[in-house]
Amino acid sequence: MSGDNEDTQTADETTLDEKAPVQDKVISPEKAEEAKLKARYPNLGNKPGGSDLLRKRLQKGQKYFDSGDYNMAKAKIKNKQLPTAAPEKTEITGDHIPTPQDLPQRKPSLVASKLAG
Amino acid sequence: TLELTVRASPTGPGGDMQWCFSQVKGAIDDDVAEADIISTVEFNHTGELLATGDKGGRVVIFQQEIENKSQPQFRSEYNVYSTFQSHEPEFDYLKSLEIEEKINKIRWLPQKNAAQFLLSTNDKTIKLWKISERDKRPEGYNLKEEDGRYKDPNTITSLRVPVLIPMDLMVEASPRRVFANAHTYHINSISVNSDNETYLSADDLRINLWHLEITDRSFNIVDIKPANMEELTEVITAAEFHPHQCNTFVYSSSKGTIRLCDMRASALCDKHSKLFEEPEDPSNRSFFSEIISSISDVKFSHNGRYMMTRDYLSVKIWDLNMENRPVETYQVHEYLRSKLCSLYENDCIFDKFECCWNGNDSVVMTGSYNNFFRMFDRGHRRDVTLEASRENSKPMQVLKPRKVCAGGKRKKDEISVDSLDFNKKILHTAWHPQDNIIAVATTNNLYIFQDKVN
Repeated sequence: MSGDNEDTQTADETTLDEKAPVQDKVISPEKAEEAKLKARYPNLGNKPGGSDLLRKRLQKGQKYFDSGDYNMAKAKIKNKQLPTAAPEKTEITGDHIPTPQDLPQRKPSLVASKLAG
Repeated sequence: TLELTVRASPTGPGGDMQWCFSQVKGAIDDDVAEADIISTVEFNHTGELLATGDKGGRVVIFQQEIENKSQPQFRSEYNVYSTFQSHEPEFDYLKSLEIEEKINKIRWLPQKNAAQFLLSTNDKTIKLWKISERDKRPEGYNLKEEDGRYKDPNTITSLRVPVLIPMDLMVEASPRRVFANAHTYHINSISVNSDNETYLSADDLRINLWHLEITDRSFNIVDIKPANMEELTEVITAAEFHPHQCNTFVYSSSKGTIRLCDMRASALCDKHSKLFEEPEDPSNRSFFSEIISSISDVKFSHNGRYMMTRDYLSVKIWDLNMENRPVETYQVHEYLRSKLCSLYENDCIFDKFECCWNGNDSVVMTGSYNNFFRMFDRGHRRDVTLEASRENSKPMQVLKPRKVCAGGKRKKDEISVDSLDFNKKILHTAWHPQDNIIAVATTNNLYIFQDKVN
Protein backbone atom coordinates (compact mmCIF):
# COMPACT_ATOMS: atom_id res chain seq x y z
CA MET A 1 0.00 0.00 0.00
CA SER A 2 1.24 3.49 -0.64
CA GLY A 3 0.90 6.16 1.95
CA ASP A 4 2.88 7.77 4.67
CA ASN A 5 3.15 6.58 8.20
CA GLU A 6 2.67 9.88 9.93
CA ASP A 7 -0.53 8.65 11.40
CA THR A 8 0.91 5.42 12.72
CA GLN A 9 2.27 5.28 16.20
CA THR A 10 3.54 2.53 18.37
CA ALA A 11 3.88 2.11 22.07
CA ASP A 12 7.45 3.34 21.79
CA GLU A 13 6.28 6.77 20.78
CA THR A 14 3.64 8.84 22.48
CA THR A 15 0.26 7.37 21.80
CA LEU A 16 -1.73 10.41 22.80
CA ASP A 17 -1.78 13.22 20.34
CA GLU A 18 -3.68 15.28 22.81
CA LYS A 19 -0.76 15.62 25.22
CA ALA A 20 -0.49 19.27 26.19
CA PRO A 21 2.14 21.23 24.32
CA VAL A 22 5.00 22.74 26.25
CA GLN A 23 3.87 26.36 26.24
CA ASP A 24 0.96 27.44 28.39
CA LYS A 25 -0.27 29.85 25.77
CA VAL A 26 -0.99 27.20 23.15
CA ILE A 27 -4.32 25.50 23.79
CA SER A 28 -4.87 21.99 22.47
CA PRO A 29 -7.40 21.83 19.61
CA GLU A 30 -9.70 19.83 21.83
CA LYS A 31 -9.74 22.47 24.56
CA ALA A 32 -10.29 25.15 21.95
CA GLU A 33 -13.33 23.24 20.71
CA GLU A 34 -14.55 22.91 24.28
CA ALA A 35 -14.33 26.66 24.74
CA LYS A 36 -16.30 27.15 21.53
CA LEU A 37 -19.04 24.84 22.75
CA LYS A 38 -19.27 26.44 26.17
CA ALA A 39 -19.52 29.84 24.52
CA ARG A 40 -22.50 28.63 22.49
CA TYR A 41 -24.19 26.73 25.28
CA PRO A 42 -23.29 28.38 28.57
CA ASN A 43 -25.70 26.16 30.49
CA LEU A 44 -24.03 22.96 29.44
CA GLY A 45 -23.28 20.81 32.45
CA ASN A 46 -19.82 19.67 33.29
CA LYS A 47 -20.52 15.97 33.23
CA PRO A 48 -20.86 15.24 29.54
CA GLY A 49 -20.38 11.54 29.60
CA GLY A 50 -22.38 11.15 32.73
CA SER A 51 -25.91 10.29 33.54
CA ASP A 52 -27.74 12.66 31.20
CA LEU A 53 -26.25 11.48 27.94
CA LEU A 54 -26.33 7.87 28.96
CA ARG A 55 -29.88 7.98 30.17
CA LYS A 56 -30.93 9.56 26.89
CA ARG A 57 -29.26 6.64 25.15
CA LEU A 58 -31.05 4.11 27.31
CA GLN A 59 -34.40 5.71 26.65
CA LYS A 60 -34.17 5.48 22.90
CA GLY A 61 -37.47 4.42 21.45
CA GLN A 62 -39.56 5.68 24.34
CA LYS A 63 -42.90 6.93 23.16
CA TYR A 64 -45.74 8.35 25.19
CA PHE A 65 -48.65 6.03 25.46
CA ASP A 66 -50.56 4.96 28.49
CA SER A 67 -52.79 1.98 27.99
CA GLY A 68 -54.70 2.80 31.16
CA ASP A 69 -55.54 6.29 30.01
CA TYR A 70 -56.41 4.97 26.60
CA ASN A 71 -58.82 2.38 27.91
CA MET A 72 -60.41 4.77 30.37
CA ALA A 73 -60.92 7.27 27.62
CA LYS A 74 -62.43 4.60 25.43
CA ALA A 75 -64.79 3.59 28.20
CA LYS A 76 -65.93 7.15 28.88
CA ILE A 77 -66.51 8.08 25.31
CA LYS A 78 -68.26 4.87 24.30
CA ASN A 79 -70.27 6.04 21.39
CA LYS A 80 -68.47 9.22 20.65
CA GLN A 81 -65.36 9.47 18.58
CA LEU A 82 -62.06 9.18 20.34
CA PRO A 83 -60.00 12.36 20.58
CA THR A 84 -58.18 12.72 17.34
CA ALA A 85 -54.53 13.40 17.04
CA ALA A 86 -53.14 16.83 16.42
CA PRO A 87 -51.82 17.28 12.90
CA GLU A 88 -48.33 17.35 14.33
CA LYS A 89 -47.81 13.72 15.17
CA THR A 90 -44.22 13.70 16.21
CA GLU A 91 -44.49 14.44 19.92
CA ILE A 92 -47.57 13.17 21.69
CA THR A 93 -47.59 14.41 25.23
CA GLY A 94 -49.67 16.52 27.56
CA ASP A 95 -53.43 16.92 27.32
CA HIS A 96 -54.02 14.81 24.33
CA ILE A 97 -54.43 11.15 25.09
CA PRO A 98 -52.47 9.18 22.58
CA THR A 99 -54.13 6.21 21.03
CA PRO A 100 -52.45 3.35 19.25
CA GLN A 101 -53.58 4.91 15.99
CA ASP A 102 -51.69 8.08 16.78
CA LEU A 103 -48.42 6.40 17.26
CA PRO A 104 -46.43 6.40 14.08
CA GLN A 105 -47.56 3.27 12.35
CA ARG A 106 -44.57 1.49 11.12
CA LYS A 107 -45.57 -1.35 8.99
CA PRO A 108 -43.05 -4.00 8.12
CA SER A 109 -41.37 -3.51 4.76
CA LEU A 110 -43.14 -5.25 2.01
CA VAL A 111 -40.58 -3.99 -0.43
CA ALA A 112 -37.49 -6.03 -1.03
CA SER A 113 -34.11 -4.52 -0.29
CA LYS A 114 -32.58 -2.59 -3.18
CA LEU A 115 -29.35 -4.47 -2.57
CA ALA A 116 -31.09 -7.52 -3.96
CA GLY A 117 -32.29 -5.70 -7.06
CA THR B 1 7.29 -3.04 20.44
CA LEU B 2 5.77 -4.28 17.23
CA GLU B 3 5.30 -7.94 16.71
CA LEU B 4 6.76 -9.24 13.46
CA THR B 5 4.36 -10.91 11.14
CA VAL B 6 5.65 -14.41 10.66
CA ARG B 7 2.95 -15.82 8.47
CA ALA B 8 3.14 -15.39 4.72
CA SER B 9 1.34 -12.26 3.73
CA PRO B 10 -1.14 -12.54 0.92
CA THR B 11 -0.12 -9.10 -0.21
CA GLY B 12 2.92 -10.21 -2.11
CA PRO B 13 6.46 -8.81 -2.06
CA GLY B 14 6.79 -5.37 -0.54
CA GLY B 15 3.33 -5.61 0.95
CA ASP B 16 1.79 -3.45 -1.67
CA MET B 17 -1.88 -4.00 -2.07
CA GLN B 18 -3.70 -2.43 -4.94
CA TRP B 19 -7.37 -2.27 -4.32
CA CYS B 20 -9.69 -2.41 -7.30
CA PHE B 21 -13.36 -1.87 -7.66
CA SER B 22 -15.22 -5.13 -8.12
CA GLN B 23 -18.94 -4.59 -7.57
CA VAL B 24 -21.48 -2.21 -6.05
CA LYS B 25 -24.96 -3.18 -4.85
CA GLY B 26 -27.88 -0.92 -4.19
CA ALA B 27 -29.75 1.97 -5.73
CA ILE B 28 -27.98 4.85 -7.40
CA ASP B 29 -30.45 7.59 -6.56
CA ASP B 30 -29.54 10.09 -3.88
CA ASP B 31 -32.89 9.93 -2.17
CA VAL B 32 -32.23 7.25 0.38
CA ALA B 33 -35.20 5.59 2.04
CA GLU B 34 -34.51 5.03 5.73
CA ALA B 35 -35.19 1.32 5.40
CA ASP B 36 -32.34 0.98 2.91
CA ILE B 37 -29.69 2.20 5.31
CA ILE B 38 -27.23 -0.67 5.75
CA SER B 39 -26.68 -1.47 9.40
CA THR B 40 -24.41 -4.51 9.38
CA VAL B 41 -22.12 -6.46 7.01
CA GLU B 42 -20.61 -9.87 7.72
CA PHE B 43 -18.77 -12.57 5.75
CA ASN B 44 -19.34 -16.17 6.79
CA HIS B 45 -16.42 -18.34 7.93
CA THR B 46 -15.35 -19.38 4.43
CA GLY B 47 -16.04 -16.04 2.80
CA GLU B 48 -18.33 -17.67 0.30
CA LEU B 49 -21.34 -15.85 1.74
CA LEU B 50 -21.71 -12.18 2.56
CA ALA B 51 -24.68 -10.99 4.59
CA THR B 52 -26.04 -7.48 5.04
CA GLY B 53 -28.73 -6.21 7.36
CA ASP B 54 -30.58 -2.91 7.03
CA LYS B 55 -32.72 -0.49 8.96
CA GLY B 56 -35.84 -2.00 7.42
CA GLY B 57 -35.15 -5.30 9.15
CA ARG B 58 -34.16 -7.10 5.95
CA VAL B 59 -31.24 -9.42 5.38
CA VAL B 60 -29.64 -9.89 1.97
CA ILE B 61 -27.12 -12.68 1.48
CA PHE B 62 -24.72 -12.72 -1.45
CA GLN B 63 -22.85 -15.79 -2.63
CA GLN B 64 -19.50 -15.87 -4.33
CA GLU B 65 -19.78 -17.59 -7.66
CA ILE B 66 -17.30 -20.21 -8.75
CA GLU B 67 -14.19 -18.61 -10.18
CA ASN B 68 -14.01 -18.00 -13.88
CA LYS B 69 -11.02 -20.10 -14.83
CA SER B 70 -10.57 -18.52 -18.23
CA GLN B 71 -10.05 -15.09 -16.72
CA PRO B 72 -7.85 -15.66 -13.69
CA GLN B 73 -7.33 -11.96 -12.98
CA PHE B 74 -11.01 -11.57 -12.26
CA ARG B 75 -12.07 -12.92 -8.94
CA SER B 76 -15.51 -14.33 -8.76
CA GLU B 77 -18.46 -12.09 -8.14
CA TYR B 78 -20.96 -11.97 -5.35
CA ASN B 79 -24.55 -12.39 -6.44
CA VAL B 80 -27.79 -12.41 -4.49
CA TYR B 81 -28.35 -15.78 -2.87
CA SER B 82 -31.21 -15.13 -0.49
CA THR B 83 -33.13 -12.23 0.99
CA PHE B 84 -35.70 -12.19 3.75
CA GLN B 85 -37.43 -10.03 6.30
CA SER B 86 -35.69 -10.86 9.55
CA HIS B 87 -37.31 -8.47 12.01
CA GLU B 88 -40.39 -6.29 11.98
CA PRO B 89 -41.19 -3.11 13.89
CA GLU B 90 -42.94 -3.66 17.18
CA PHE B 91 -44.51 -1.52 19.84
CA ASP B 92 -44.28 -2.61 23.43
CA TYR B 93 -47.46 -1.13 24.88
CA LEU B 94 -46.52 -2.11 28.40
CA LYS B 95 -43.33 -0.08 28.37
CA SER B 96 -44.41 2.49 25.77
CA LEU B 97 -41.39 1.50 23.83
CA GLU B 98 -41.02 1.51 20.09
CA ILE B 99 -38.83 -1.34 18.95
CA GLU B 100 -37.00 -0.72 15.71
CA GLU B 101 -36.66 -3.49 13.18
CA LYS B 102 -33.15 -2.38 12.32
CA ILE B 103 -30.71 -5.28 12.22
CA ASN B 104 -27.91 -4.36 14.59
CA LYS B 105 -25.70 -7.36 14.03
CA ILE B 106 -25.47 -10.56 11.99
CA ARG B 107 -23.18 -13.39 13.02
CA TRP B 108 -22.73 -16.61 11.08
CA LEU B 109 -22.48 -20.01 12.68
CA PRO B 110 -19.74 -22.30 11.37
CA GLN B 111 -21.25 -24.67 8.85
CA LYS B 112 -22.06 -28.13 10.19
CA ASN B 113 -24.19 -29.57 7.40
CA ALA B 114 -25.67 -28.60 4.07
CA ALA B 115 -27.59 -25.67 5.50
CA GLN B 116 -26.20 -22.32 6.64
CA PHE B 117 -27.17 -20.70 9.91
CA LEU B 118 -26.90 -17.13 11.06
CA LEU B 119 -27.97 -15.10 14.06
CA SER B 120 -29.52 -11.72 13.42
CA THR B 121 -30.59 -9.26 16.09
CA ASN B 122 -32.46 -6.01 16.46
CA ASP B 123 -32.63 -4.02 19.71
CA LYS B 124 -34.55 -6.67 21.61
CA THR B 125 -34.79 -10.02 19.87
CA ILE B 126 -32.23 -12.42 18.42
CA LYS B 127 -33.24 -14.89 15.75
CA LEU B 128 -31.52 -17.96 14.39
CA TRP B 129 -32.13 -18.31 10.67
CA LYS B 130 -31.58 -21.44 8.62
CA ILE B 131 -30.75 -20.92 4.99
CA SER B 132 -31.12 -24.07 2.95
CA GLU B 133 -31.06 -25.00 -0.69
CA ARG B 134 -33.58 -27.02 -2.51
CA ASP B 135 -32.70 -28.21 -5.98
CA LYS B 136 -34.80 -31.34 -6.29
CA ARG B 137 -38.46 -32.03 -5.97
CA PRO B 138 -40.39 -35.28 -5.76
CA GLU B 139 -42.57 -36.34 -8.62
CA GLY B 140 -44.91 -39.29 -9.09
CA TYR B 141 -46.90 -39.52 -5.91
CA ASN B 142 -49.31 -42.38 -5.60
CA LEU B 143 -52.17 -40.54 -3.96
CA LYS B 144 -51.81 -37.05 -5.38
CA GLU B 145 -51.95 -35.54 -8.83
CA GLU B 146 -49.09 -33.35 -9.98
CA ASP B 147 -51.09 -30.25 -9.03
CA GLY B 148 -51.63 -31.53 -5.49
CA ARG B 149 -55.21 -32.65 -5.70
CA TYR B 150 -55.93 -36.01 -4.16
CA LYS B 151 -56.81 -38.82 -6.53
CA ASP B 152 -59.89 -40.92 -6.15
CA PRO B 153 -58.48 -43.98 -4.33
CA ASN B 154 -60.56 -46.29 -6.49
CA THR B 155 -58.59 -45.28 -9.56
CA ILE B 156 -55.27 -46.30 -8.06
CA THR B 157 -54.37 -49.76 -9.24
CA SER B 158 -50.60 -49.84 -8.98
CA LEU B 159 -47.84 -48.71 -6.67
CA ARG B 160 -44.85 -46.65 -7.68
CA VAL B 161 -41.96 -44.98 -5.94
CA PRO B 162 -41.85 -41.19 -6.37
CA VAL B 163 -38.61 -39.97 -7.89
CA LEU B 164 -36.63 -36.83 -7.16
CA ILE B 165 -36.17 -34.69 -10.22
CA PRO B 166 -33.97 -31.63 -10.53
CA MET B 167 -35.54 -28.21 -10.27
CA ASP B 168 -34.27 -24.63 -10.32
CA LEU B 169 -32.34 -23.84 -7.20
CA MET B 170 -34.50 -22.40 -4.49
CA VAL B 171 -32.93 -20.90 -1.41
CA GLU B 172 -35.17 -20.80 1.61
CA ALA B 173 -34.68 -18.92 4.83
CA SER B 174 -36.64 -20.01 7.86
CA PRO B 175 -36.49 -18.80 11.45
CA ARG B 176 -35.49 -21.76 13.60
CA ARG B 177 -35.20 -20.07 16.99
CA VAL B 178 -36.40 -16.81 18.44
CA PHE B 179 -34.55 -15.61 21.54
CA ALA B 180 -36.78 -12.96 23.01
CA ASN B 181 -37.57 -11.08 26.19
CA ALA B 182 -34.15 -11.21 27.73
CA HIS B 183 -33.03 -7.62 27.24
CA THR B 184 -34.42 -4.56 28.93
CA TYR B 185 -31.96 -2.32 27.13
CA HIS B 186 -30.82 -2.19 23.53
CA ILE B 187 -28.77 -5.06 22.16
CA ASN B 188 -25.50 -3.87 20.63
CA SER B 189 -23.62 -7.15 20.12
CA ILE B 190 -23.96 -10.87 19.61
CA SER B 191 -21.07 -13.28 19.49
CA VAL B 192 -20.99 -17.01 18.80
CA ASN B 193 -18.77 -19.01 21.11
CA SER B 194 -16.00 -21.26 19.77
CA ASP B 195 -17.84 -24.16 21.40
CA ASN B 196 -20.52 -23.77 18.70
CA GLU B 197 -23.19 -24.35 21.31
CA THR B 198 -23.54 -21.04 23.06
CA TYR B 199 -23.51 -17.37 22.20
CA LEU B 200 -23.66 -14.09 24.09
CA SER B 201 -25.86 -11.06 23.57
CA ALA B 202 -24.97 -7.70 25.10
CA ASP B 203 -27.11 -4.64 25.73
CA ASP B 204 -26.18 -1.33 27.36
CA LEU B 205 -26.05 -2.75 30.84
CA ARG B 206 -26.14 -6.53 30.69
CA ILE B 207 -24.68 -9.50 28.89
CA ASN B 208 -26.56 -12.78 28.56
CA LEU B 209 -25.35 -16.24 27.64
CA TRP B 210 -27.60 -18.44 25.54
CA HIS B 211 -27.58 -21.99 24.30
CA LEU B 212 -28.39 -22.10 20.60
CA GLU B 213 -30.99 -24.81 21.17
CA ILE B 214 -32.75 -23.19 24.12
CA THR B 215 -34.92 -20.13 23.75
CA ASP B 216 -36.85 -19.99 26.98
CA ARG B 217 -33.94 -19.11 29.23
CA SER B 218 -30.59 -17.44 29.23
CA PHE B 219 -27.96 -16.80 31.87
CA ASN B 220 -27.00 -13.31 32.86
CA ILE B 221 -23.22 -13.16 33.00
CA VAL B 222 -22.56 -9.43 33.30
CA ASP B 223 -24.74 -6.83 34.99
CA ILE B 224 -23.45 -3.31 35.40
CA LYS B 225 -26.75 -1.68 36.22
CA PRO B 226 -26.30 0.44 39.35
CA ALA B 227 -28.85 0.18 42.15
CA ASN B 228 -29.57 3.85 41.66
CA MET B 229 -29.75 4.88 38.01
CA GLU B 230 -28.62 8.37 38.97
CA GLU B 231 -25.23 6.78 39.58
CA LEU B 232 -24.94 5.46 36.05
CA THR B 233 -21.56 6.41 34.66
CA GLU B 234 -20.87 3.98 31.87
CA VAL B 235 -22.57 1.54 29.52
CA ILE B 236 -21.50 -1.54 27.61
CA THR B 237 -20.81 -0.73 23.99
CA ALA B 238 -19.62 -4.04 22.47
CA ALA B 239 -18.81 -7.60 23.46
CA GLU B 240 -17.14 -10.58 21.84
CA PHE B 241 -16.11 -14.13 22.67
CA HIS B 242 -12.48 -15.13 22.31
CA PRO B 243 -12.01 -17.00 19.01
CA HIS B 244 -10.51 -20.10 20.66
CA GLN B 245 -10.98 -19.96 24.42
CA CYS B 246 -14.62 -20.72 25.02
CA ASN B 247 -14.47 -19.42 28.60
CA THR B 248 -13.20 -15.94 27.68
CA PHE B 249 -15.00 -12.89 26.42
CA VAL B 250 -14.42 -9.14 26.43
CA TYR B 251 -16.71 -6.15 26.65
CA SER B 252 -15.98 -2.52 26.00
CA SER B 253 -17.47 0.55 27.64
CA SER B 254 -18.45 4.12 26.89
CA LYS B 255 -15.54 5.21 29.06
CA GLY B 256 -12.92 3.62 26.83
CA THR B 257 -12.17 0.57 28.93
CA ILE B 258 -12.22 -3.08 27.97
CA ARG B 259 -12.83 -5.84 30.45
CA LEU B 260 -11.81 -9.42 29.83
CA CYS B 261 -13.85 -11.98 31.73
CA ASP B 262 -13.36 -15.65 32.45
CA MET B 263 -16.57 -17.61 32.83
CA ARG B 264 -14.79 -20.24 34.89
CA ALA B 265 -14.17 -17.74 37.66
CA SER B 266 -17.81 -17.28 38.65
CA ALA B 267 -21.34 -17.47 37.35
CA LEU B 268 -21.71 -13.69 37.30
CA CYS B 269 -18.69 -12.12 35.67
CA ASP B 270 -19.06 -8.67 37.20
CA LYS B 271 -15.50 -8.89 38.39
CA HIS B 272 -13.18 -8.76 35.42
CA SER B 273 -10.06 -10.87 35.01
CA LYS B 274 -8.32 -8.09 33.14
CA LEU B 275 -9.03 -4.40 32.69
CA PHE B 276 -7.55 -2.72 29.64
CA GLU B 277 -7.31 1.02 29.93
CA GLU B 278 -4.92 3.58 28.60
CA PRO B 279 -3.99 6.21 31.18
CA GLU B 280 -4.96 9.73 30.28
CA ASP B 281 -3.22 12.92 31.25
CA PRO B 282 -5.83 14.65 33.45
CA SER B 283 -4.66 18.08 32.36
CA ASN B 284 -5.75 17.22 28.83
CA ARG B 285 -9.24 16.37 29.85
CA SER B 286 -11.95 18.28 28.05
CA PHE B 287 -15.70 18.14 27.68
CA PHE B 288 -15.20 15.82 24.75
CA SER B 289 -12.66 13.44 26.23
CA GLU B 290 -15.04 10.82 27.50
CA ILE B 291 -17.31 10.97 24.48
CA ILE B 292 -14.48 10.41 21.99
CA SER B 293 -12.94 7.70 24.14
CA SER B 294 -16.13 5.66 24.02
CA ILE B 295 -15.34 2.40 22.25
CA SER B 296 -17.71 1.66 19.38
CA ASP B 297 -16.32 -1.75 18.42
CA VAL B 298 -14.03 -4.45 19.77
CA LYS B 299 -12.70 -7.34 17.70
CA PHE B 300 -10.29 -10.13 18.59
CA SER B 301 -7.57 -10.92 16.07
CA HIS B 302 -8.00 -14.25 14.31
CA ASN B 303 -5.05 -15.69 16.20
CA GLY B 304 -6.62 -14.71 19.49
CA ARG B 305 -3.55 -12.89 20.83
CA TYR B 306 -4.69 -9.34 20.22
CA MET B 307 -7.84 -7.31 20.23
CA MET B 308 -8.63 -4.13 18.38
CA THR B 309 -10.82 -1.31 19.63
CA ARG B 310 -12.31 1.63 17.74
CA ASP B 311 -13.03 4.91 19.42
CA TYR B 312 -14.09 8.10 17.68
CA LEU B 313 -10.71 9.19 16.38
CA SER B 314 -8.50 6.11 16.51
CA VAL B 315 -8.01 2.37 16.27
CA LYS B 316 -6.00 0.67 19.01
CA ILE B 317 -4.43 -2.76 19.06
CA TRP B 318 -4.07 -4.37 22.47
CA ASP B 319 -1.92 -7.31 23.44
CA LEU B 320 -4.07 -9.47 25.72
CA ASN B 321 -1.08 -9.78 28.03
CA MET B 322 -0.70 -6.05 28.53
CA GLU B 323 -3.47 -4.15 30.22
CA ASN B 324 -2.00 -0.75 30.81
CA ARG B 325 -1.81 0.51 27.25
CA PRO B 326 -2.33 -0.56 23.62
CA VAL B 327 0.66 -1.83 21.63
CA GLU B 328 -0.35 0.13 18.56
CA THR B 329 -2.49 3.22 17.98
CA TYR B 330 -3.60 4.39 14.55
CA GLN B 331 -5.17 7.78 13.95
CA VAL B 332 -8.17 7.44 11.67
CA HIS B 333 -9.01 11.11 11.16
CA GLU B 334 -7.07 13.17 13.65
CA TYR B 335 -8.00 16.35 11.72
CA LEU B 336 -11.48 16.06 13.27
CA ARG B 337 -10.12 16.94 16.70
CA SER B 338 -10.39 20.60 15.85
CA LYS B 339 -13.98 20.12 14.67
CA LEU B 340 -15.36 18.45 17.76
CA CYS B 341 -17.67 21.33 18.59
CA SER B 342 -19.59 21.06 15.29
CA LEU B 343 -19.45 17.28 15.38
CA TYR B 344 -21.09 17.38 18.80
CA GLU B 345 -23.77 19.75 17.55
CA ASN B 346 -24.66 17.59 14.57
CA ASP B 347 -24.43 14.39 16.64
CA CYS B 348 -21.69 12.92 14.43
CA ILE B 349 -19.50 12.61 17.50
CA PHE B 350 -21.78 9.74 18.53
CA ASP B 351 -21.34 7.78 15.30
CA LYS B 352 -20.36 4.19 15.93
CA PHE B 353 -17.67 3.03 13.58
CA GLU B 354 -16.73 -0.63 13.35
CA CYS B 355 -13.36 -2.12 12.52
CA CYS B 356 -12.05 -5.41 11.18
CA TRP B 357 -8.93 -7.52 10.73
CA ASN B 358 -7.74 -9.16 7.55
CA GLY B 359 -7.33 -12.93 7.46
CA ASN B 360 -3.80 -13.09 8.81
CA ASP B 361 -4.12 -10.14 11.21
CA SER B 362 -1.53 -8.06 9.36
CA VAL B 363 -3.89 -5.28 8.25
CA VAL B 364 -6.82 -3.58 9.97
CA MET B 365 -9.54 -1.49 8.40
CA THR B 366 -12.14 1.01 9.54
CA GLY B 367 -14.44 3.60 8.03
CA SER B 368 -14.56 7.39 8.17
CA TYR B 369 -16.55 10.25 6.62
CA ASN B 370 -16.95 11.37 3.03
CA ASN B 371 -17.21 7.66 2.15
CA PHE B 372 -13.55 7.28 3.00
CA PHE B 373 -12.19 4.19 4.67
CA ARG B 374 -8.78 3.58 6.13
CA MET B 375 -6.42 0.60 6.18
CA PHE B 376 -3.46 0.23 8.48
CA ASP B 377 -0.77 -2.26 7.54
CA ARG B 378 0.70 -3.24 10.87
CA GLY B 379 3.69 -5.07 9.50
CA HIS B 380 4.85 -2.46 7.04
CA ARG B 381 3.72 0.47 9.18
CA ARG B 382 1.85 2.06 6.32
CA ASP B 383 -1.67 3.33 5.99
CA VAL B 384 -3.92 4.38 3.18
CA THR B 385 -7.19 6.25 2.73
CA LEU B 386 -9.50 5.02 0.00
CA GLU B 387 -12.92 6.12 -1.17
CA ALA B 388 -16.05 4.18 -2.01
CA SER B 389 -17.83 6.12 -4.71
CA ARG B 390 -19.70 5.54 -7.93
CA GLU B 391 -17.16 7.73 -9.68
CA ASN B 392 -14.52 5.08 -9.20
CA SER B 393 -16.65 2.17 -10.22
CA LYS B 394 -15.34 1.02 -13.55
CA PRO B 395 -14.63 -2.71 -13.52
CA MET B 396 -11.28 -3.43 -11.91
CA GLN B 397 -10.52 0.28 -11.61
CA VAL B 398 -7.65 0.76 -9.19
CA LEU B 399 -8.56 2.97 -6.24
CA LYS B 400 -6.44 6.04 -5.87
CA PRO B 401 -5.33 6.90 -2.34
CA ARG B 402 -7.04 9.98 -0.90
CA LYS B 403 -5.58 12.64 1.32
CA VAL B 404 -7.31 15.08 3.60
CA CYS B 405 -5.72 18.46 4.06
CA ALA B 406 -6.02 19.49 7.70
CA GLY B 407 -5.12 23.10 7.23
CA GLY B 408 -2.84 25.45 5.41
CA LYS B 409 -2.19 25.02 1.75
CA ARG B 410 -4.28 22.40 0.03
CA LYS B 411 -2.44 20.43 -2.58
CA LYS B 412 -4.07 19.32 -5.81
CA ASP B 413 -6.18 16.16 -5.32
CA GLU B 414 -6.37 16.77 -1.60
CA ILE B 415 -9.68 17.48 0.01
CA SER B 416 -10.01 20.00 2.80
CA VAL B 417 -11.63 19.06 6.10
CA ASP B 418 -14.42 21.57 5.59
CA SER B 419 -15.38 19.96 2.29
CA LEU B 420 -15.91 16.54 3.83
CA ASP B 421 -19.46 15.23 3.66
CA PHE B 422 -20.34 14.09 7.17
CA ASN B 423 -23.53 12.47 5.96
CA LYS B 424 -21.50 10.01 3.94
CA LYS B 425 -20.25 7.74 6.68
CA ILE B 426 -18.75 4.31 6.38
CA LEU B 427 -19.63 2.63 9.65
CA HIS B 428 -19.57 -1.01 8.54
CA THR B 429 -16.80 -2.86 6.73
CA ALA B 430 -15.87 -6.52 6.47
CA TRP B 431 -12.83 -8.42 5.27
CA HIS B 432 -12.98 -11.85 3.64
CA PRO B 433 -11.56 -14.41 6.12
CA GLN B 434 -8.89 -15.63 3.71
CA ASP B 435 -8.60 -13.50 0.59
CA ASN B 436 -8.07 -9.82 -0.02
CA ILE B 437 -11.68 -9.08 -0.75
CA ILE B 438 -13.43 -6.42 1.28
CA ALA B 439 -17.04 -5.33 1.63
CA VAL B 440 -17.58 -1.66 2.43
CA ALA B 441 -21.02 -0.26 3.21
CA THR B 442 -21.84 3.36 2.48
CA THR B 443 -25.23 4.64 3.63
CA ASN B 444 -27.25 2.48 1.27
CA ASN B 445 -24.77 0.86 -1.08
CA LEU B 446 -22.48 -2.10 -0.65
CA TYR B 447 -19.11 -1.94 -2.40
CA ILE B 448 -16.93 -4.96 -2.97
CA PHE B 449 -13.26 -4.33 -3.65
CA GLN B 450 -10.52 -6.80 -4.29
CA ASP B 451 -6.79 -6.75 -4.40
CA LYS B 452 -5.37 -6.86 -7.90
CA VAL B 453 -3.98 -10.35 -8.19
CA ASN B 454 -0.32 -10.16 -9.15
